[in-house]
Amino acid sequence: MKYAFYPGCVSRGGTPELYDSTIAVANKLGIELEEIVGAACTGAGVLQEKGLKLGDTLNARTFAMAERMGLTTIMTICSTCQGVMSQANKRLLADSDYLAEINEELKPEGLEYTGRIVIKHFAWVLVEEIGLDTLKTFVTNPLEDMKIAPFYGCYILRPSDALGADENPGRNEYLERIIEALSGEAVNFPGRLQCCGFPIMLINEKNSMEMVGRHTHNAKAAGADAMVTPCPLCHLNLDGQQPKAQAQRGEKIGMPILHLPQLVGMAMGLTQKELGLGRHIVSTKNLLSKASVRA
Amino acid sequence: MQANLQVRRYDPELSEQGSHLQEYHLEVPDHFTVLDTLMKVREEDDPSLALRCSCRASICGSCAMTVNGRASLVCKTRLSEVSPNGETVLVEPMNNQRVVKDLVIDLQFFWGKVRAVEPYLKPRGEEPEGEYIASNESMLNLLTPMGCIMCGACVSACTVLEVDKNFLGPAALAKAYRFVADPRDGETQQRLEALNDESGAWDCTRCYMCVDVCPKGVAPMERIMDIRELIMEAGMTNTPGARHVESFARTVAHSGRLDEPMLAIDTWGRTNVVKLMGNAMLGFRTLRRGKLPLRSGPFHQKQPGADAVGRIFKRLSK
Repeated sequence: MKYAFYPGCVSRGGTPELYDSTIAVANKLGIELEEIVGAACTGAGVLQEKGLKLGDTLNARTFAMAERMGLTTIMTICSTCQGVMSQANKRLLADSDYLAEINEELKPEGLEYTGRIVIKHFAWVLVEEIGLDTLKTFVTNPLEDMKIAPFYGCYILRPSDALGADENPGRNEYLERIIEALSGEAVNFPGRLQCCGFPIMLINEKNSMEMVGRHTHNAKAAGADAMVTPCPLCHLNLDGQQPKAQAQRGEKIGMPILHLPQLVGMAMGLTQKELGLGRHIVSTKNLLSKASVRA
Repeated sequence: MQANLQVRRYDPELSEQGSHLQEYHLEVPDHFTVLDTLMKVREEDDPSLALRCSCRASICGSCAMTVNGRASLVCKTRLSEVSPNGETVLVEPMNNQRVVKDLVIDLQFFWGKVRAVEPYLKPRGEEPEGEYIASNESMLNLLTPMGCIMCGACVSACTVLEVDKNFLGPAALAKAYRFVADPRDGETQQRLEALNDESGAWDCTRCYMCVDVCPKGVAPMERIMDIRELIMEAGMTNTPGARHVESFARTVAHSGRLDEPMLAIDTWGRTNVVKLMGNAMLGFRTLRRGKLPLRSGPFHQKQPGADAVGRIFKRLSK
């Protein structure tokens, strides 16, 4: 299985442990990743505020680069990248005149998007392409007695028509199924499909911290040992800003937040170091000893 | 088909007891909606069940409730869709608004937000002899927000209203766009200034909840993005929200990808010492874990192809 790999800005910036753990887990699972070198930021919904066509052109450029590599599926590791790319692809495929107009913009680089690209998040690749039964065969350190609260991130779910909710029903339960395939227990809590507050962290910090506080508190109240997210932006807020959210709430929460590949890697016997589990703001120490993850 | 409902009940006269769930099991025709089922319960089984409805054809917007946690018009939701194999369907009142009784919420909150954006035309200049005329083309982009039936589903689903009741919210902001973008309105600038203020257009998290639940395709969040675009086009760029967009665009146009530390610094304001000091601890924590991208600002490296990305920005960035 070979994918055009789109790591996104944040896995190469503020959450390097996501990048490293993805590569480590992909190697173990036999997923071949060829990075799309020079692909631009998707725009994360922010650039789209400066004009939809700008964002769609940047994403069409990425799709064209993946096509030039001879590949048809782009793998993402970020809910936001996934959502923004899926939406762009939907618009490009729906209107051939629009696609032709955008291809004109790509001509100076000798690129053309022909519309053959499918974009799949790592979580979708695990369930839809590798399969949970196969994933189970890689589990050497089952996460028994571990209670994990899934937190999806908005853009891997919504808008549901662009994110394949009809063609692939159940994508809003994939994290639970992955957790169970790793022998863990998926914890249900209010907020699993909600917003982490990251997009307004710099704009309205109070509201953003209230969201972080509520979600981590509710996951803890539901008995979770950790939360897992397929989105590095959610991770930046839920992990990185948790101390601030705790202060605002006046409550110690201490909820470890895992990237999805880290959780998978833990069950596959990878080490703390390989998965970058020492690079979190909220300590993962107790969690790792409970899950018997080697240093 | 067999209908299995679990309905959240609340009686204000027994408010100290809080709400509770009540189950109803009944046989209904296959084509029944959730509303048809609730009405059958009320008529044949339990006349004390309170709910609000009128047209039963998704025109009036009266019957929004949450079905299995999702804000929906129950007259538009077939029972067979949400319970294909007889699963129990959880029906509750909408979120973010005060419950009056059972499935009926107090509409004051919703209307208060809509009134706050002054949802009526405020033309300038002399009154014309006939009606105020606008060209067809200039009104086309208003068709979507004009489709709003004021059901409040988006207000129920809004993740910001859940933590901050001061936020104007999706319905009111979509309505605000409808007047901001109306060529006949004479107070566009004042309206944009108000929307640029606290609790306005910049407080939306862009979570898409409102887009997903809207039964009329109004896509309130996208209208909020339209407002942001108009705010920036009008030159109101000295707010954290606008600086966030500008900084984001500047770094991606330069390097091809995001410069996270600069995005934070620019959004707070480069001379905002209080914010910068307030976040020194976060900077220190991330630095200690080897997570602070140090190649930032003037050291932000261009990735391969960054010049081509810059050219696209030059051509298409507004």
